[in-house]
Amino acid sequence: MKFISQFGVILALSFLGEVLHRWIPLPVPASIYGIVLLFLGLHFHWISAARIRDAARFLIEILPLLFLPAAVGLMDSWETVRVDWAAYAVIIAVSTFLVFGVSGVVTERLMKRDKEGGEDA
Amino acid sequence: MLEDSLFFPMALSLLAWTAGAALHRRFRTALCSPLLIAVLLTMAVLWGLDVPYESYYRGAQPLHWLLTPATICLALPLWENAARLRRHWKAVLAGIAAGMAAALTGIWAMSHACGLSYGAYATLLPKSITAAIGMDVSAGLGGDVSLTAAAIILTGILGNMFAELWSRLFHLRDPVARGVAIGSSAHAIGTAKAAEMGETEGAASSLAMVVTGLFTVAAVPFFAGLFIGG
Repeated sequence: MKFISQFGVILALSFLGEVLHRWIPLPVPASIYGIVLLFLGLHFHWISAARIRDAARFLIEILPLLFLPAAVGLMDSWETVRVDWAAYAVIIAVSTFLVFGVSGVVTERLMKRDKEGGEDA
Repeated sequence: MLEDSLFFPMALSLLAWTAGAALHRRFRTALCSPLLIAVLLTMAVLWGLDVPYESYYRGAQPLHWLLTPATICLALPLWENAARLRRHWKAVLAGIAAGMAAALTGIWAMSHACGLSYGAYATLLPKSITAAIGMDVSAGLGGDVSLTAAAIILTGILGNMFAELWSRLFHLRDPVARGVAIGSSAHAIGTAKAAEMGETEGAASSLAMVVTGLFTVAAVPFFAGLFIGG
């Protein structure tokens, strides 16, 4: 029964996210509103972490699997990209690699400086 | 029979995933990512049995339906690790901003270098952000929405596959830096991997995904105007 009530809370938040998505004319999906809502709920103690923890852990654990149905949809894109596929593939791969490196290295360097600065001060 | 089966698509999805996870445990290389293997296996079976994607998708809908509730749950590790992220908020925000700038200028430069059309450029521009946002952005710019979805998913799979390898390659030792790199470059599909790597990675990645998604919406119209040519 614990799981049912925890999952119920998570679904209620999903529904609230859906309502915001419909009402606010911005390209922000229900899931993003939902993350913000749950974060605020936890922060202001409207929802205790224990109220959702087990179901949330389970859902996060299976999250990669949940992308499978959408990802299999790549099989229908082949016809559209047949001409330019090499350019697309190179741009997608290089850009993903580049963004990963730039954001990671900038964060790591600045954090190191934070820590060193903190020790000096 | 297979085309309107209630259970075939879900059974196929879960078993393909199980096979992917088993191969991953056996070989432990980036190429054996459970997600990649499961995607390829599922495609191969559908193709071999001549089942159209649409009927597979209809049956596998329960998995897709769980995506929003599961994504929302990322707020939990985010909240639990908020103190650590707040302590390094300048580094985290700078990393996210730098990643966004690299994504948009990189796509701009490579689209010109490869001689792509404006339509192709608009299709690729939102590729590093979560699909639900990226598809709307692409539609707004006049891109090919289904192709944007494909580019976003491919980006996510790459990030999911190579998160650990690239973290080592770029010497990212701190879990916060790893998480920021994953969330900035590979949105929710990457974040799923980050959450597997650790709580802090998952939290930083969730934050980077949300911030990148929201700010890309604001920055993309400007970048769309920078396209030179037709």
